[in-house]
Amino acid sequence: MKDKKIFSIVLSGAAGQGIQTVENLFTQIAKESGYNVYATKEYMSRVRGGNNSTEILISSKPVRSFRKKIDLLVVLNNNAIERLRDRISDNTIIIGEKNFVSKEKNSIPISLLEISNSLGSSIYANAVAVGILSGIINAEKTVIDEVIYEYFKEKGEEVIDNNLKAIIKGYEIGKQLNINFQIEKNGYVKKHMLLNGSQAVAKGAISGGCNFISSYPMSPATAVFTELAKASKKYNIIVDQAEDEIAAANMAIGAWYAGARAIVSTSGGGFALMEEAISLSGMIETPIVVHLGQRPGPATGLPTRTEQGDLDLVLYAGHGTFPRIIFAPASLEEAYYLSAKAFNFADKFQVPVFVLTDQYLLDSFYNVEYLPQIQVERYIIKTTKDYKRYEITESGISPRGIPGYGEGVVRVDSDEHDEFGHITENPKVRVDMVNKRMRKLNEILKEVIQPVLFGDENYEYLFISWGSTSQILKEAIEELDIEKVAMIHFPQVYPLPKETENYLSKAKKVVFVEQNVNGQFANLIRREFGIDTSNRILKYDGFPFSVENLKEKIKEAL
Amino acid sequence: MFSVKIYDISNSDIAWCPGCGNFGILNELKTAFSELELSPNQVVIVSGIGQAAKMPQYVNVNMFNGLHGRTLPVATAIKLVNPSLIVIAESGDGCTYGEGGNHFIHTIRKNPNIVNIVHDNMIYGLTKGQASPTTPKGVKTTLQFDGVFVDPFNPIAVAVALNASFVARTFMGYTDLTIELIKKAIKHRGYSLIDILQPCVTFNKYNTYQWYKENTYILPEDYDPTDRKTAFEIAMDTEKLALGLIYLNESKEVYEDFQPRIELF
Ligand SMILES: Cc1ncc(C[n+]2csc(CCOP(=O)(O)OP(=O)(O)O)c2C)c(N)n1
Ligand SMILES: [Mg+2]
Repeated sequence: MKDKKIFSIVLSGAAGQGIQTVENLFTQIAKESGYNVYATKEYMSRVRGGNNSTEILISSKPVRSFRKKIDLLVVLNNNAIERLRDRISDNTIIIGEKNFVSKEKNSIPISLLEISNSLGSSIYANAVAVGILSGIINAEKTVIDEVIYEYFKEKGEEVIDNNLKAIIKGYEIGKQLNINFQIEKNGYVKKHMLLNGSQAVAKGAISGGCNFISSYPMSPATAVFTELAKASKKYNIIVDQAEDEIAAANMAIGAWYAGARAIVSTSGGGFALMEEAISLSGMIETPIVVHLGQRPGPATGLPTRTEQGDLDLVLYAGHGTFPRIIFAPASLEEAYYLSAKAFNFADKFQVPVFVLTDQYLLDSFYNVEYLPQIQVERYIIKTTKDYKRYEITESGISPRGIPGYGEGVVRVDSDEHDEFGHITENPKVRVDMVNKRMRKLNEILKEVIQPVLFGDENYEYLFISWGSTSQILKEAIEELDIEKVAMIHFPQVYPLPKETENYLSKAKKVVFVEQNVNGQFANLIRREFGIDTSNRILKYDGFPFSVENLKEKIKEAL
Repeated sequence: MFSVKIYDISNSDIAWCPGCGNFGILNELKTAFSELELSPNQVVIVSGIGQAAKMPQYVNVNMFNGLHGRTLPVATAIKLVNPSLIVIAESGDGCTYGEGGNHFIHTIRKNPNIVNIVHDNMIYGLTKGQASPTTPKGVKTTLQFDGVFVDPFNPIAVAVALNASFVARTFMGYTDLTIELIKKAIKHRGYSLIDILQPCVTFNKYNTYQWYKENTYILPEDYDPTDRKTAFEIAMDTEKLALGLIYLNESKEVYEDFQPRIELF
């Protein structure tokens, strides 16, 4: 089992050449044919030209992480090969126009354009590519018909027919290439759904009762915004494209105040503009859910690349001191679950709740077996005449009313306030209120989402990660299968459970694996537990770790 | 008519200077509420930060006293979520036209059914007397020692240029006119701007009660606010400031009408 069979296909071409379409159609066809599918992409921050690539892994058992190896490379433009040079091995087969591939050792010149032209137009080149790949993996023809029909049904019969013809043409070519492809099919995969990280976050939000999104577009977080906008009519979600992120965050808080369950989706730069609003949420105890899709900074940085560099940003975001909750999902299933949970926690603890993802996770696709329905928990009360919004309680949580529901008035105040929400400078009230707000941290810890251990339970070497890197680390550890080696993944990175300390103290050596330059989570653990966290495997070139790369790094660390 | 007393906040220690224009606006607002018979729990006042923004601290209705400059996004969201509430965004000239300038533009475009009351004392009061976007050119302040040397912002002209649905200006010293305009704005469906001219007795020694009386006039009874060209001409006149409902555009679609209704309780 340790040596999973994986066939890795990489498509590479310029922006605007339609790699996206090939990816969409082919992954669907592969999944419907019964293969486990995983796809992830990397792209330049431009609309045309340059070079982008998509990796598609076909496997018999589920694979959920980026691999460096390439078994089959399909190139659509002339600079594709050079950009991927360090991933091309002697076993890599390269397909493409003659003048792109002729110098390569293992190449098969195929002119997608000529084939397409022979069918009457150059626009079928992508369909031919889909066909060739489908032929190589021996896809079911009926599946191809269904997928193409679904995809093009709004465009009419002629478009469907022409694309099908091109695909079948490609399919025959693909079969005759005799490429060594030996992956087993599994019928059950057909029942799975194929989704990406953005869809997982959006579906999670909907499942958590989200009914309001205000945001301002920014890669890689825009797709979550788009997905919720698509779902607006079906699920009654209010959607506002705000004039800027400051407005977006203040709207979300206003929406929660009025009784909605609101989210903003943004990236580091946009979030930086929201910071004052986060502080407002802390002070007025009106929640907000923030989805932050990380990309490398500072400033505009690498707009379409990936990093885990904004943990410090959300950890310390906003002036003043107040509790918050930070989630960082490793997988699509977890992205879904935590995005739902974020709303229940926000409603219950009345604090800002963050879901930290990154470009890599948001743009990764795979077949998911099932997403459980999450129970929507609501904590709104009907107010009475003498309602006190900030009633001092033992837990620190004051029952939250909303305007117009009950006889009372709901008064929230960004100034320090008394129990009624009235502005005050009384030092005793100030201290009582600070303490009340901070007590909520203990309540949050009672329901903390626990870290997950994977690997040898009698470990001596413990690798620690969070967010999307955890999934890559997990596959690396699983495939290495070395005794005394384990990992822990933290789905909740703040606040941290006491148990963290026990996990760490059991190990002889603890190594942190993160995608940032300074080891932000390692620093947090040191801050919270005073433990030495100096062993760190860090990466910050804008690309995710590959499983192969991490396997090497792990071996070096032992 | 409800008693204005139902909007009183008990034992509140009001933070305004004696003689401040805000006292007049407080009375006018409560009177408008009582004449419209609004229950306290049906009204939300969203304010920012500043002396004007303390208004809801002294009015017994729902209150969202948020951040400096951010009244309009909050008010818009509340209205979208619960259109049955009467939502008033109320703050100073600095808060609304300076820090919140971008929201001012785009909220007018969106046209949610909210009332935007701006206490325009042409100065930053709370921070002790710096120029605001509406401080007249040449006026010396606690920061602009040689006088302000940029032209003031003209909120009325900007609002008419953006085809806002309800644009009014008043002087808080004219009680009846102010109450009337607040009531009209609440009843109007769409975004309503009421720029309320107001002296700051401590920091603005130029735009005094006397100055406002001498430099304003009330639009005649037969004035037609639906004519945008005339409204724009009137808005452009900064020599003598027109008071009253300057522009009315009842055909503008309301933002919340395009959004789904969500279940609240
Ligand atoms: C983000 C931010 N910047 C600055 C301030 C400081 N500040 C508070 S009120 C204010 C200006 C108030 O002027 P205005 O809105 O005209 O209200 P007034 O006091 O004149 O009624 C400023 C600059 C703040 N509270 N928040
Ligand atoms: Mg002012």
